[in-house]
Order: sequence, then structure tokens, then C-alpha cells
Amino acid sequence: MLNIGLSHFLSVSAILFVLGVLGIFLNRKNIIVILMSIELILLSVNLNFVAFSSALQDLTGQIFAMFVLTVAAAEAAIGLAILVIYFRNRSSIAVDDVSTLRG
Amino acid sequence: MIAALAFYVFAAILIASAVMVVTARNPVHSVLYLILAFFNAAALFLIAGAEFLAMILVIVYVGAVAVLFLFVVMMLDIDFVQMKEGFQRYLPIGAIVGGMLFLELLFVYGAWQFADDAQGLRMHPNPADVATNTQAIGRILYTDYIFLFQASGLILLVAMIGAIVLTLREKPANSRRQNIAVQVARAHAVTMKDVPKRAGLAELGGIIRRPLPAAKKPKAVAHDDQHGGGHH
Repeated sequence: MLNIGLSHFLSVSAILFVLGVLGIFLNRKNIIVILMSIELILLSVNLNFVAFSSALQDLTGQIFAMFVLTVAAAEAAIGLAILVIYFRNRSSIAVDDVSTLRG
Repeated sequence: MIAALAFYVFAAILIASAVMVVTARNPVHSVLYLILAFFNAAALFLIAGAEFLAMILVIVYVGAVAVLFLFVVMMLDIDFVQMKEGFQRYLPIGAIVGGMLFLELLFVYGAWQFADDAQGLRMHPNPADVATNTQAIGRILYTDYIFLFQASGLILLVAMIGAIVLTLREKPANSRRQNIAVQVARAHAVTMKDVPKRAGLAELGGIIRRPLPAAKKPKAVAHDDQHGGGHH
């Protein structure tokens, strides 16, 4: 219990992942919170990478966590840009209305 | 002992703030809780020994991404009450799916054990001769993973260009702009003259003015020589 090992980190990251998935389900109207939930999921993935990297004393996990960070930052930027132009067109960010964008 | 205590405290705050991100009524509060969650995740990274990644998390996430979220949330004029519609309706299915996922993850992690040759299969074991985590990562990142590193830079470039192109607003064709030439030529105070080359204003006798209409007398503006030089 007092020795922090791999399983502790994995438990925290599993809880974080589930909370992120739950956030996507609960906030069906609010794209901003959905994007934040995706960030939470990516954070839990990073926590997994770092936990295994620490448990195995292998640096590869930390390198890949950094790439995940990069992709998450790019995704957040693009997602928020799409959100802004969508709000300009529709004056709302409800996910239900997004289907009207289809050609 | 201290590390274990710190781990439990940071993990508890991380999970509590993640819950608040998901359930907060106001998206601004969600973003602030997200920042708190990132800070605590950085602390967990520190406990795990990934110092460089912890600092990157604070700088990139708290410093850039979360602030970007905050800007967008505050910029958009959103009806927060209407946003929460369907929260109750989707709670059961969300709880079911989340619970299933959590159970599956628990089963996977509960039965987890490393292979016997896992130690031998490591690609980059922690080097013994390097003092800091940052130095060790730099050694690998700029040698073995240089192409992935460049590719991630390219991804960031594409994301930047994409975000700019998406949000850049073209001015509509009928928008009114300042047209300086029209403004200057509007009054009949100044006329255009074809002047010989290399001739100064003084040799031409200063600015030639048309006689103004007598009815409206404009305010007297001093168009003397030292001022009028810019008109030609």
C-alpha cells in the first residue's frame, strides 16, 4: 500500500480514462467540454506511458508520451478553430445541429 | 512514505478535478478544473520520475492549451443553462458504458504481468552515465527519433496553418474602407497639375488653388510652402 508501483498509476489512469469517456456521454450539447474530455483521455494515456516507462526503466514511453502531447495540442487547436467558425455560422455549439453541415 | 502520501494526495485531487471538469455547470469552471488536473498530473509524472515530461505538461498544457480553451470559452457567447440539457438523460447510458470500460480495464490491469524477457526487450534503458532525465531524453529524441520529432513539428505547423486559415475572416466585398486618394481629392481645395520634372514647389508658386464656392466658407487651413511639399 505504501509502495507506489505500476498498479497505482494504472488505476489512476483507468479512472481518468473512464471519466473522460463519461464526459463525452454527459455533455452531449457542449462541444467545448467534449474537447476537454478528450484532453483528459489523452492525459490518462500519457500517464499510462509514463507509468510503464518508470516501471521498466525504459525511456521510450516518455518519448511517445511527448508525441501524444504534440498531437493533443494540434488537435485542440484545430478543434477549437472549427468550433469558432461553427459558432460564427450557427450562433450555437450544440452537437445536435452539426448534422446540418452535411452536404 | 512521503512519496506514497504525495501520490495519494495528488491522485485524489486529479480525479476530483476530472470529475468537476465533466460535471461543472459553467464551462469556464471546467477549464479551470482542467488546469488543476494538469498540474496534479504533472506532479504524478514527477513522482514517476519523468521530470522533463512534467515540465512540458505544465508549459504546453497549462500555458498554451488550457489558456486557449479559456479564450474560446470566454469569447463565445453561450447559453450555459441550455448546454446542460440532456445531462440526466444520458447519465444512465454513460454510467453503463463507463462502468463496463472501467471493469475491463481493471481485469486487464489486475492480470497484468511483465514477460520474463521484458527487461531484455527494452529499447532505451535509462542510461547510467547521464545525470538528468532531460539529458537522457534529448540523447534519444535527437538521434533515434529524429524523424518522428520532425514529423511532429510538421503536424504542429499544419495545425497552426489550419487554425489560421479556418478562423481568418475575409472582408466582405461591400465593406467600407478608408480610401485616402478619394478623401484627398474630394474637396476642390487642391488641383492636380502636370509639373516639369525636378521643379520645386517654390518655383511653381506654391499650391495652386481653385476659387472656393462663396456660400460655404471652409476653415482656413494654412497651406504654405513647407506643408504643401508632400502633395506632389
